[in-house]
Amino acid sequence: MDAFVTHTGTAAPLRRSNVDTDQIIPAEYLKRITRHGFEDGLFKAWRNDPEFVLNQADYAGASVLVAGPDFGTGSSREHAVWALQDYGFMAVISSRFADIFRGNSGKAGLLTALVDQETVEQLWLMIEADPTTLVTVDLESQTVAAGDLVAPFDVDPYVRWRLLQGLDDIGITLQSESDISTFEASRPAFAPTTLT
Amino acid sequence: MGTTLAEKVWEAHVVRRADGEPDLLYIDLHLVHEVTSPQAFDALRDAGRPVRRPDLTLATEDHNVPTVDVDKPIADPVSAAQVEALRLNCAEFGVPIYSLGSIDQGIVHVVGPQLGLTQPGMTVVCGDSHTSTHGAFGALAFGIGTSEVEHVLATQTLPLKPFKTMAITVDGPLPAGVTAKDLILAVIARIGTGGGQGYVLEYRGEGVRNLSMEGRMTLCNMSIEAGARAGMVAPDDITFDYVEGRTHAPHGAEWDAAVAYWRTLRTDDDATFDAEVVIKASELSPFVTWGTNPGQGVPLSAVVPSPDDAADEVERVSIERALEYMGLTPGTPMRDVAIDTVFLGSCTNGRIEDLRVAADILRGQQVADNVRMLVVPGSARVRLQAESEGLDRVFLGAGAEWRGAGCSMCLGMNPDKLTPGERSASTSNRNFEGRQGPGGRTHLVSPQVAAATAVLGHLGSPSDLPTNVS
Repeated sequence: MDAFVTHTGTAAPLRRSNVDTDQIIPAEYLKRITRHGFEDGLFKAWRNDPEFVLNQADYAGASVLVAGPDFGTGSSREHAVWALQDYGFMAVISSRFADIFRGNSGKAGLLTALVDQETVEQLWLMIEADPTTLVTVDLESQTVAAGDLVAPFDVDPYVRWRLLQGLDDIGITLQSESDISTFEASRPAFAPTTLT
Repeated sequence: MGTTLAEKVWEAHVVRRADGEPDLLYIDLHLVHEVTSPQAFDALRDAGRPVRRPDLTLATEDHNVPTVDVDKPIADPVSAAQVEALRLNCAEFGVPIYSLGSIDQGIVHVVGPQLGLTQPGMTVVCGDSHTSTHGAFGALAFGIGTSEVEHVLATQTLPLKPFKTMAITVDGPLPAGVTAKDLILAVIARIGTGGGQGYVLEYRGEGVRNLSMEGRMTLCNMSIEAGARAGMVAPDDITFDYVEGRTHAPHGAEWDAAVAYWRTLRTDDDATFDAEVVIKASELSPFVTWGTNPGQGVPLSAVVPSPDDAADEVERVSIERALEYMGLTPGTPMRDVAIDTVFLGSCTNGRIEDLRVAADILRGQQVADNVRMLVVPGSARVRLQAESEGLDRVFLGAGAEWRGAGCSMCLGMNPDKLTPGERSASTSNRNFEGRQGPGGRTHLVSPQVAAATAVLGHLGSPSDLPTNVS
C-alpha cells in the first residue's frame, strides 16, 4: 500500500446524508472478480442525473469528497472504497462515517477525515462558491485546510500510523505468529471445525 | 466491577495486546461467499500465503445464485464466473464449500446456525454486514471488508479496537401480533441508522428472552441497520436446545463442558454499558418502513411522515428525497399504500418459522390478482423442511411462487429484481434506493405483514384480513 502523508486537490460537495454503499456502488458491479476498474459504477444511479455533482464540469477532477453525515452505511462491500479510489478520490470528509466503511477505507488507503458538521458546511459553501478551491488533507498534522479555514480532523491513531508508513496489515500481524500459535493451542476442545 | 457479555467474549479471544495498538483478536469461524472473497484469494495467491485454518472456514454460494432452474448452469455469465471463481479458490486453498445443488447450500447466515457451527462465545466474521445475525447465540459476530477477509484467511485473526457497548432492554412481553422484525424496525427508528455506530448492541429484557432462536437471529441480523457492528443476546436454555444435536455441535463430555462455559456468558449484574436504551414492549405494534433507509419506519397504523416533522435541515432534505423516490405523499395512511410485489425470504426472515407463520396466514387465502409473491427459503434444508410440512403447497395454492434457496430479491444481484417503479413489501433488511433493482421501491415488513399484504394488495396485517374462508 502507498503511504498517505498529505493530499491537496479540488473537492466535490455531496450534500446528502445516509449515503449507503448500495448508492456508492450497486450490487450489479460486485459480480466482478478483479480489484480495479470500479469507477464506472460509482454513484451509478445518481450519475444518470445531469445535475448530480459529479456530472458538473466544475467538479471534474475533484479528488476530495465532502459528504453529509452517516456516509458509507449498509453493506460491507469494500468495492465502495475501491470505486471512490478508482474514480480518483484520495480522501472523504464527513461528520459521521459508518464503521465498516471506515475500517475498509483504512485498509485500502482511502483517508476518511472525520470533522464536525460545521466544518463540512463551511467547506460546502467554499467549494460551491469556487469549485477551484484547493483543499488540503494533511495526515501528519491531522488538519483539513481550504482558503482561510484550518480545521482538525479525527482519525484512529493506529490507522494514521499505518497510512503514514504505508504498511501491510497482514505483514504486521504475521510478526505475531508465535502468539497466534500459542493461542490456538489453548482453544477449547469443543470449539467446532467446518470439516466433516 | 463486572463485565458485559460482549467484553467477556472479546477478552477470551485476545491473542496479543500492546499499548497504542489494536488488540489482535482470534476468529473462531470465518464464513465466505462469492461476492466479497475473490480479490482476497487473489491477494493471498500473489503473496504466496496459504489459508491458515481452512478447517475454521466455510464457503457457500448465495448472493448471485438464481432461485429457479437451480439444476442448470447459471445463465448470467458474470455471475457464473464469480461462483466458479469461488469454487476454484476453495479447491485450491482447501476451504470446504456448499455449492448450488448441495443439501447444505443456502444463505451464509442461515447455513452457519443450521449446521451448529455458530455457538455461544465464538467470534464469527464474514465479508457481509449481516454477519451480526450470529450474535443471537451470544457470539461476537460482525461483517468485514475484503481486505479483512484476506487478513483472516491468512492469519485467522483481526487487529481491532474494542467496541463500545449499548444495552437495548425490551421491558415486558411483546404484544400478540408483534414480532422480532417489528421490534428491530422500531429500535432502528428510535436510535437512527447511525445510532449504533461504534457499539455492540446487547438485546436484553423479557421481550427478548421470550424470543425463539430464529426471532433472536432476525433481531441481531438488523443491528447493522442501526449502524452497530454487532448485536448479541446472552445464551440460555433456548440457545442450548437449538444447538444440541446439530451436525457440528459438541457431543458427550464436550457438550457438558461447552454448556458449563456458555452459562458464564452473561453480563454481570454490576457491569455498566456505555449507553442504554429502554423499549416498552407494550407500546410496540406492527412496524413498516416508508422511506429509503431502515430508520425511516413507522407503525403500520400511522401515516407517511412530512418533511415538516424533521428535527433539522439535514433530516428535512432526507425526508423530501425519500418521499420523492418512494412516490409517497405525506399524510397517506400506510395501510393505503398499494403493493405489487411481496418478497418473503432473506437472512432476516427466510427461516422455517418465518415460512410457517406466513403459510398459516395464507392458508385458504389467495394472493391478490395484481400482486406477485416470491417465497424464497433461506437454505436448501429450510426448503426441504417446509416441503415436508406441506408449506410449499400452501404457498403455491395461494398463488405465490415457491423458489430455491438464496439471497434472491434482497439485493438485486441475481435474476430476482424489482423493475423501475415497482413497489414491494419485503421481509428483507434494506430499503435503500435501488436495493431490490434500479428504481424499485421497498417497504420493510415482518413475514406476517408480508403475507397479509399479499392477500390485500396493500400494506396490512393479518387482523385486516377477512375471516379465513376455509
